[in-house]
Amino acid sequence: MTPSISLENVLAILPDLALLVLLIAVIVYNGLIADDDDRRNVGLVTAWGAAIILFGMLLLAFIYPDYSMQPTLHWGGMVVAGPVTLSFRAMFLIALMLTALLSLDVPELQRGSYFALLITATIGFDMMAASADLIMLLVALETASISLYLLVGFNTRSRRSTEAGIKYFVYGAFASAIMMYGMSLLYGVTGSTNIAVIGTMVGNAFAGVVPVEIISLLLVSAVMLVAGFAFKVSAVPFHFWTPDAYEGAPTVVTGFLSTASKAAGFAVFFRVFSAGVFGYPEPGRASWAWWAMLVAMCILTMVLGNFLAIWQQDIKRMLAYSSIAQAGYIMMGLVALLKSQGDDVPSAAGGGAAIFYLLMYVFTNIAAFGIIVLVSRKSNSTQMKDFYGLSRRSPWLALAMLVALLSLGGIPPTAGFFGKFFIFQAAVEADLWWLAAIGILNAFVALFYYLTVVKYIYLYRSDDDDVRITVSRAAGVGLAITIVAVLYLGIFANSAYTWAIEAAQNFVQF
Amino acid sequence: MTQFPFLSVVALSPFVAAVIILMLPKERGENARMIALGTALLGLILSVYMYVDYLSNLPPSGLPWPDTLAFVEEYAWVPSLGINYIVGVDGLSLTLVLLTSIVGVGGVMISWSIDDRPREFMAFFMLLVAGVQGVFVAVDAFLLFFFYEVAVLPMYVMIVIWGWKERREYAAMKLTLYILIGSFISLIAFLVLYFKLPDLGIESTFDMRVWSEANFASAIQIRWFMPLFIGFAILAGMFPFHNWSPDGHVAAPTAVSMIHAGVLMKLGAYAAMRMGIQFLPEGAVYWMPFIIILTTINVVYGSLVAMRQTDLKYMIGYSSVSHMGLVTMGFATMSMLGFTGAGIQMVSHGLMTAMFFACVGMIYDRAHSRDMNKLSGMMKMFPWVTVAFIVASLVSMGMPGLSGFIAEFPIFLGVWEGGDLNLTGTIFGLNPASFYPIVAIIIVLGIITTAAYLLRATQSVFFGNYDADKWHDMRPILALDKIVLVSFSVILIVIGVLPSVIAPIVESGVQPVLMRVQEAQAGYTVFDSVHAIAMTVIQWFGGA
Repeated sequence: MTPSISLENVLAILPDLALLVLLIAVIVYNGLIADDDDRRNVGLVTAWGAAIILFGMLLLAFIYPDYSMQPTLHWGGMVVAGPVTLSFRAMFLIALMLTALLSLDVPELQRGSYFALLITATIGFDMMAASADLIMLLVALETASISLYLLVGFNTRSRRSTEAGIKYFVYGAFASAIMMYGMSLLYGVTGSTNIAVIGTMVGNAFAGVVPVEIISLLLVSAVMLVAGFAFKVSAVPFHFWTPDAYEGAPTVVTGFLSTASKAAGFAVFFRVFSAGVFGYPEPGRASWAWWAMLVAMCILTMVLGNFLAIWQQDIKRMLAYSSIAQAGYIMMGLVALLKSQGDDVPSAAGGGAAIFYLLMYVFTNIAAFGIIVLVSRKSNSTQMKDFYGLSRRSPWLALAMLVALLSLGGIPPTAGFFGKFFIFQAAVEADLWWLAAIGILNAFVALFYYLTVVKYIYLYRSDDDDVRITVSRAAGVGLAITIVAVLYLGIFANSAYTWAIEAAQNFVQF
Repeated sequence: MTQFPFLSVVALSPFVAAVIILMLPKERGENARMIALGTALLGLILSVYMYVDYLSNLPPSGLPWPDTLAFVEEYAWVPSLGINYIVGVDGLSLTLVLLTSIVGVGGVMISWSIDDRPREFMAFFMLLVAGVQGVFVAVDAFLLFFFYEVAVLPMYVMIVIWGWKERREYAAMKLTLYILIGSFISLIAFLVLYFKLPDLGIESTFDMRVWSEANFASAIQIRWFMPLFIGFAILAGMFPFHNWSPDGHVAAPTAVSMIHAGVLMKLGAYAAMRMGIQFLPEGAVYWMPFIIILTTINVVYGSLVAMRQTDLKYMIGYSSVSHMGLVTMGFATMSMLGFTGAGIQMVSHGLMTAMFFACVGMIYDRAHSRDMNKLSGMMKMFPWVTVAFIVASLVSMGMPGLSGFIAEFPIFLGVWEGGDLNLTGTIFGLNPASFYPIVAIIIVLGIITTAAYLLRATQSVFFGNYDADKWHDMRPILALDKIVLVSFSVILIVIGVLPSVIAPIVESGVQPVLMRVQEAQAGYTVFDSVHAIAMTVIQWFGGA
């Protein structure tokens, strides 16, 4: 197959091309600014650019429904376009837009390179979600990762930030290396790097008699790939970097890291495993082994994340552990999807639930971190005590934080309720009701620490009760978007969920 | 003809009110109270209208549950999962909607004088009312769960912010976690049932009208009844999961205690009955002899603990646990008498406990003490409160001529009769039905205890010497408070004198559930299983 430049091929990566244009525009514009006071505009350009690209992409999908609802391969089988790609791209663009808006009030981030790096990372995420080939996946993942290492350590005047950047880099490079080795084994076994091709070959192999050496190679490769992906989504036991990196990174970046990067990690996780690269789990087959490992990781991720979050005194660390736990819930969607793929009538419920969950998580977590940015600007720390009496200092921010925390905890009428409900529903449908039960008990533990923060906000008093928190217009707009989205998805979940389920059909039929 | 959306207005208008109240500028807290009161009154007027309308043309008995529903509204919500927005009421839920409206209005009036962030208080209070109303009107299992969760959170925030300083953090967290874990356990059970529907040839849906006609396999009913029932019954203060309730009551501000004891606990009993007994009747028949043991402990233990309290609020809290035990017991008798009694007891207990808490709240706000040993002679200062407290006490003791009698007497009769059920199971030759009379005797002892502690409390708090020096800064209660006390007392007396205003409508509500239970009279109970296990163990030892 020789790659040829056709309209479809261009359409398939149009959002990325647009982001590339935006990237160049931001760099050039930044160079033209002489006065530091105008530096704010760079962020505004980024936010507006992301919004326009998002809008254009959705409009395009609306005009060409065939293009949007059919998974098609482009660029010689490197890139896949279709609803799954589209859904994830929408999440990344939303995350980029909101992050850019909320960054505007952080003085140390007012540099052109910061916004350029945000855009580069988004391009990387986009390509991860769109990759149909291991090579493409690796390149995209590295593009995203390298930008993120820099973003986490961006505040070079802060030791914590630098330390976090280095830590993240060391862990990340190591995980990438392991994943790459796993990919090379996979290539060695199948002779292909195309995910779909590998899926078919391995699927056939598992159906017939396979030498045990091949099986063991496949299993080793599966473990290595899981290691790489689990690092990206911060699943236990590859989560150790998360609290440190989240705590040290500039808070806005933490929001971006915990949502867009996690979503991108899950995009490839779902993409690769649902394509049957290691077969589908069926009792008695070797493929059952790695599936069982995923289930164990899912449980551990939920339990460890939630129980460690309880003890945290720093709100960023708490949300870091909470984000680990959230990864566990999404993994539940993954294992449910994979299990049902081994059934006669596969159901896309797990995939759809995970896409919905990630979407709501993007809004919710960016809202939470955005509020932390605003609150901690005065005190310059993110301890729990900085949140004491927030409801007296700024009733609106307190209310927004309440909504965000409720959504993380899964209480209606917020999006998190539907997110959790869909995930548990998918798990029960895949006959994993015991897993759903573990998840539900975990959601219950999680409520404890979310409600504790609510208590700090509404009940406790602090010395500077009268110090009002000023919210700039950009940040206000950003937060308003997130909160309205969380409430909207929490009441009218149907359209987004229907879309997610239809998109997820592609995991099943890929 | 499109009908006026009564139920949606009743359930959702408090939501809207909450949003509007939060939007008000800070200086205009006074308006928050007016908006809240207006919304509560609107809900009350609509509920009364619906109640009278339903009472005047009751559905004939013998109809299946879906046909007894009135004021039904139906909209698609997440159709791909069979989730719909369906609301409707039958006799029982309509009664509870009316109860909620009454207590809601009372709660707003009682909290008129709250001046720490009144906007937030009223907004959360409205949210709480919305959640509770929503549960009662929901005809979709998902919607029911949705509203159930909505109702829990405002409780937490309100107790934490406006509660009793010493215990509020502990009590609020305890209450929230207890209730939520219960609802989560129920969630698993009802998700499992949802996916079992296709096995019966029914498309998966959360529509409770479909569920009420599905006959799940016996094994499923028996396995999932307990999680479903107990999960909700935690909120009804079911032993041994009642512990959150007195703590929660005590720590909550007065209006929240009223709603909490008056309505929220009924939510648990109602949902446990609706979801548990109605959908899994065979499971209910299997487990009920066990549940009746738990509820007996509830009644007796609750009143014995209440007897030991010196803190008035704790006393009423435990008394409330004890009386809620009677509600669950009424359901557990599985007879018409018991069910109707339980339904009326929910209303009677709701109003009575709300009034108790209102009285205690009024005294506490002024005397800053709830200790029975420190208070005395309060009648001098609060004649209205004294009368109201005595009325509530008499209701609580089940005095004829008051609502408590109408409620509790049928429950005792139901228990005494051993239910209309033909329970065939035996444990070592004893039929479970044979111990029902014993249960009846035991719980009557519980009622005697109730009389003892209530009379003691009345005597020591309201009578005796009034120390004018000690209580020199005492203010009399407000006119609004009097309105609440008088109207609650009047309702309690009216129900007692004229049971026909409530008994027929409750009967019509419980009738379909009872029909389901009677159809499912397999007679195979948990005792059979225990017996079988015991015999196996005995044989095993005998053989060895």
